[in-house]
Amino acid sequence: MASPPLFHTERLGHRFASGTEALLDVRLGVDRGEFLALLGPSGCGKSTLLRLLAGLDRPSAGAVHWDGGAPPRPGEIGFVFQEPTLMPWATVADNVWLPLRLRGLSRAEAGPRVAAVLEQVGLEGFADAYPRQLSGGMKMRVSIARALVTRPRVLLLDEPFAALDELTRFRLNDDLLSLWRAEGMTILFVTHSVFEAVFLAQRVAIMSPRPGRIAASLPIALPEPRAGRLRTTAEFGAACATVSDALAATMAEDGAVAP
Amino acid sequence: MSRSAPDAAPGAPARARENGRLRRLLAPVGLGFLFLGAWEWAVRAFAIPPYLLPAPSLIAQTLGSDGASLLASLGITLLITAAALGAAVLLGGLLALLMAQSRTLEAALFPYAVVLQVTPLVAIAPLIIIWTDNIALSLVICAWIVAFFPIVANTTLGLNSAARELHDLFRLNGATRWQTLRLLRVPAALPYFLAGLRISGGLALIGAVVAEFVAGTGGTSSGLASRILEAGYRLQIPRMFAALLLLSAAGLAIFWALSALSRQLLRHWHESALDPER
Ligand SMILES: Nc1ncnc2c1ncn2[C@@H]1O[C@H](COP(=O)(O)OP(=O)(O)O)[C@@H](O)[C@H]1O
Ligand SMILES: [Mg+2]
Repeated sequence: MASPPLFHTERLGHRFASGTEALLDVRLGVDRGEFLALLGPSGCGKSTLLRLLAGLDRPSAGAVHWDGGAPPRPGEIGFVFQEPTLMPWATVADNVWLPLRLRGLSRAEAGPRVAAVLEQVGLEGFADAYPRQLSGGMKMRVSIARALVTRPRVLLLDEPFAALDELTRFRLNDDLLSLWRAEGMTILFVTHSVFEAVFLAQRVAIMSPRPGRIAASLPIALPEPRAGRLRTTAEFGAACATVSDALAATMAEDGAVAP
Repeated sequence: MSRSAPDAAPGAPARARENGRLRRLLAPVGLGFLFLGAWEWAVRAFAIPPYLLPAPSLIAQTLGSDGASLLASLGITLLITAAALGAAVLLGGLLALLMAQSRTLEAALFPYAVVLQVTPLVAIAPLIIIWTDNIALSLVICAWIVAFFPIVANTTLGLNSAARELHDLFRLNGATRWQTLRLLRVPAALPYFLAGLRISGGLALIGAVVAEFVAGTGGTSSGLASRILEAGYRLQIPRMFAALLLLSAAGLAIFWALSALSRQLLRHWHESALDPER
C-alpha cells in the first residue's frame, strides 16, 4: 500500500481537432501488478485514454506521471488492439518476432523467446501458420503473444475479446488471468462488458461519456485465484450487480460535468 | 495459457479444385473455337474475299509461311516492351517510395505523374522520336510513359494501406522510419504494386506498338507494328491478321505471366492469390 503507484494521470484531457472533448480531467492511478478494468459505454473515451497512456497520442491537457520519472521505453508497454492486427504476410512466429526484430534481434536470437510465449498462449505447433489459417480466437492469442514477447511491465488491452464468441471469450479470460498470475505484470483492460470486468479485475474504473472521465472506482473482492467456476457463484452475481448499478448511475447523469 | 487447447482451426479440405481449374481453362478455349468456326463458315458461305476478311484457316496458313519473319519482329517489340516495363517498375517504384516519405512530396509530385498519364502518346511520340536520335530508345521511352502511371499510382496507394494499429505497434516498439518502410509499408504495398504491374504489362505492349506506328511510317523500325503497316500498304490482309494474332497472343502471355508471378508472390496470404474454389 505504501509503495507509489506505477503511474498516475494528472488532470488528463484530450480534445480532438474536430472539437470532440474525448477526455476531461481524468485522474487515475494504477498500482504495480494491479489488474484494472476500464469499463464504460462505447464512445466514452476508453481507447483515447489507453492511447495517451501508451504514448501513442499526446494529451491536450495534463500529463501521465510514471514512477521513477521516465516514461516507459519501447517494449516496456505491451498493447493489444481490438482487432488482432497481425501482418497477414508473416507467419505466426514472425508476427511474434516483430517487436524483438525491431530491437535488432535476429530470428535465431529471438527464436527461444518466441517459442516460449507461443507455448504460453497455447499456440505451440502453429509457429509456421499464416494468420488467415487461424480462427479469430487464435489470432487474438497471437496478438497477445506479440505483446508479451518483450516482457512488458504494463499490458494495455483495448476490448480485445469483444469480437469473439462467448465460449472463446471465457477461455481467453481464464488464460489471461493465469498469464497475469504467472508474469506479475500490470494490466489495464478496457471492456464494455460488466461481467468481463468483474471476472478479471481487482478494481473496476467506470468511465462516463461526454466528456470522458473516471466516474467511479470499485474494488472487486472476489476469492483468488479466480477460475471459470466463479462465474456461476452468488458472490460473482452480487459484484456484477454492484458494478452495474454504479454504471447505470453514471449513465443517468450523462452530460453533467465531473463532480 | 498452456492448459487450454487452442480453438479449432478451420482448415478447409482442398476439393473440387481440379474441376475448377479445368473449367477455367476449357471455357475460354471452347468459346474461341466456336467463334473461329462461325468465322470460317461465314467467310465461305458469303464468299468474302480474303483482302476484306481472311478465313481463320488462311490466317493459320500465312502464320505458317510468314511465321519466322513475323516472330523476329515480335521479338523486337517484346524487347522494347520489356525494357519499358522494367524502367516503369524501377522508376515508378522509386517515385512511389519517394512520395511515401511525406504528404507534401506526394502532393508536389503526383500531379506530374498524372500529366504523363493523360497526355496522349500519339501526340508526343513524334516529339520524343525527334529528340532522341536512337529509335529503339525513343520507342522504349514512349512505352514507358504509358506503363509508368499504374505502377506509381498503385504502389503509392499500397504504401499507405497498412492498418493504423500496425503503424502504432511499430511506433510503440521504437521502429525507425526505415524499419517501418521495409517491414510494414513495402510488404503491405506488394499486392497493389503487382496489380499495377499487371495493368502496366499490357499497356507497355500497346505503348510499344503505338510508338512503332508513329515511327514506322518513316520505315525506320522493324517491330511487329511496322510489319502490320507494311502488310496494310501492300494489301496483304492475311499477313496483317497473322501479325495481329501474334500481338494478341503476346499480350495474353504477358498478362498470364504477370498474374502467375503475382499469385506466386502472394500465395501465402493475399485473398487474390487464394484458390477461388475454397
Ligand atoms: N481520431 C478522432 N478524431 C475525432 N474524434 C475522435 C477520434 N477518435 C475518437 N474520437 C471521438 O472521441 C470519443 C471517444 O472515442 P474513443 O476513445 O474511441 O471511445 P471508446 O474507446 O470508449 O469507444 C468519441 O466520441 C469518438 O467519436
Ligand atoms: Mg474503443
